[in-house]
Amino acid sequence: MAPTGQRRSSYSRRAQYGLFTGYIAAGAGALVGAILLGLSLWQPQFLSGLRGEANDAVAPATRTVATGRTESKSFYQAVRGYLRAGSQNAQLKREVEIARIRLKEAQAVEQENRRLKSLLSLQNTDTKPVATARLIGATSASTRRFAYLGAGAEDGVRVGMPVRSPRGVVGRILEVGDRSSRVLLLTDSESVLPVRRAQDEVVAFAEGRGDGLIRIRLINLGINPIEKGDLFVTSGAGGYYQPGIAVAIATEITDDGALARIVTDPAAADFVSVLPIFEPAALRGSRTPIERELGE
Amino acid sequence: MERMNPRSRSDAYGSRINRSHSTVLANGVPYLSIMLASVLPLIVIASALPIVPPLGFLMLIGWRLVRPGLLPVWAGFPLGLFDDLFSGQPLGSAALLWSLAMIAVEVIETRFPWRSFAQDWFTAGLILPVYLLAAMLFSGGEPSLPMLIALVPQIVLSILLFPLVALFVAFLDRKRLTRWRKLG
Repeated sequence: MAPTGQRRSSYSRRAQYGLFTGYIAAGAGALVGAILLGLSLWQPQFLSGLRGEANDAVAPATRTVATGRTESKSFYQAVRGYLRAGSQNAQLKREVEIARIRLKEAQAVEQENRRLKSLLSLQNTDTKPVATARLIGATSASTRRFAYLGAGAEDGVRVGMPVRSPRGVVGRILEVGDRSSRVLLLTDSESVLPVRRAQDEVVAFAEGRGDGLIRIRLINLGINPIEKGDLFVTSGAGGYYQPGIAVAIATEITDDGALARIVTDPAAADFVSVLPIFEPAALRGSRTPIERELGE
Repeated sequence: MERMNPRSRSDAYGSRINRSHSTVLANGVPYLSIMLASVLPLIVIASALPIVPPLGFLMLIGWRLVRPGLLPVWAGFPLGLFDDLFSGQPLGSAALLWSLAMIAVEVIETRFPWRSFAQDWFTAGLILPVYLLAAMLFSGGEPSLPMLIALVPQIVLSILLFPLVALFVAFLDRKRLTRWRKLG
């Protein structure tokens, strides 16, 4: 349709005023949005209760979908298993033989470990998880990488607790609702985690890049000792995570460390568990300003 | 009377005798569909890349472009505020950007007052990348080059998805005027 050449929407005064008020309201909306955005960038916890309640409200729906997803996945795996039964059987037999040998070795190591621990009179550090739940959602349209967990304050989940799957670290609790909570995933650009190389004491930080990869940044600069395929585990520094949980595998060496892939893909994880904070005392210490510590 | 066409007393929205449109449905369907689309990306567990298009925003500009005059200019604010609760962005990000997008569509339509699907797609193709880039800047994380590269598939997917969204909006627009309210 060709333009009519006039800007007036109608001859009705009321309609014209209505349209004008609409423009004013839209401008005001943008302004209020900008103020809210500024406030929540300045104070990330701003109105987080509202968000928690909103996510509690949709949690039943997303939980159902999550259950369906994990169950359909195992169905596909079962079908695929039938198709590849023969070759897999032979391969598994070989693997079991090797595994038996390794198991014996591990038993020996475990025994020695127990003996050494009793010498040091250390306690067994196996901790019980606070809660076990499914990941029921994620912010898949936003640049930030958050996931939603189907357990909240009612299950004992608190802000800061680490989340892990049987394979390794998934992330850390950021916000808690009554029956759901928000998890900061390892791949988020704001996530930083102290790690060490699994076989020795090369310490580094694992930072999310926002594109699915993890950047390993060595603390001690010098010759870069990392090689492709090195596994990094949590070092326990910082007080949030238990030491020795798998985090990432190096895939590409850079100047100050490496690029790595996460060990646990949250999309593949069925259930995840929330662990208690490793050393609350260390956390409190790190939060105390140095001036006050020196003053007392 | 037997020879009369049984459909002669009805139109595309159903029988015209004793039936009327529902005001709630006619006005509520656009808002409801946009809010539902805002919640939908939650279901996909994407741990590596922001791969799912911003469905709520796509539905908003879909309704605005395919069916102009239905959503008021200020509708971006309340709907954006709702989207902020679920999108993972800081609160206020969508409230601001959706309001600005509605004003931008208004400005583009006064500049180019013709109507065609190609022009709607052009407008959407202009607004979507700007929206996604701005949302990345306001996400609270420090913007970096890898993040920018990670955004490319999402931008392409969103622009390619717009025709489907437009079709879906047109479908909902037909359904929202179904006469199902009984008179008398």
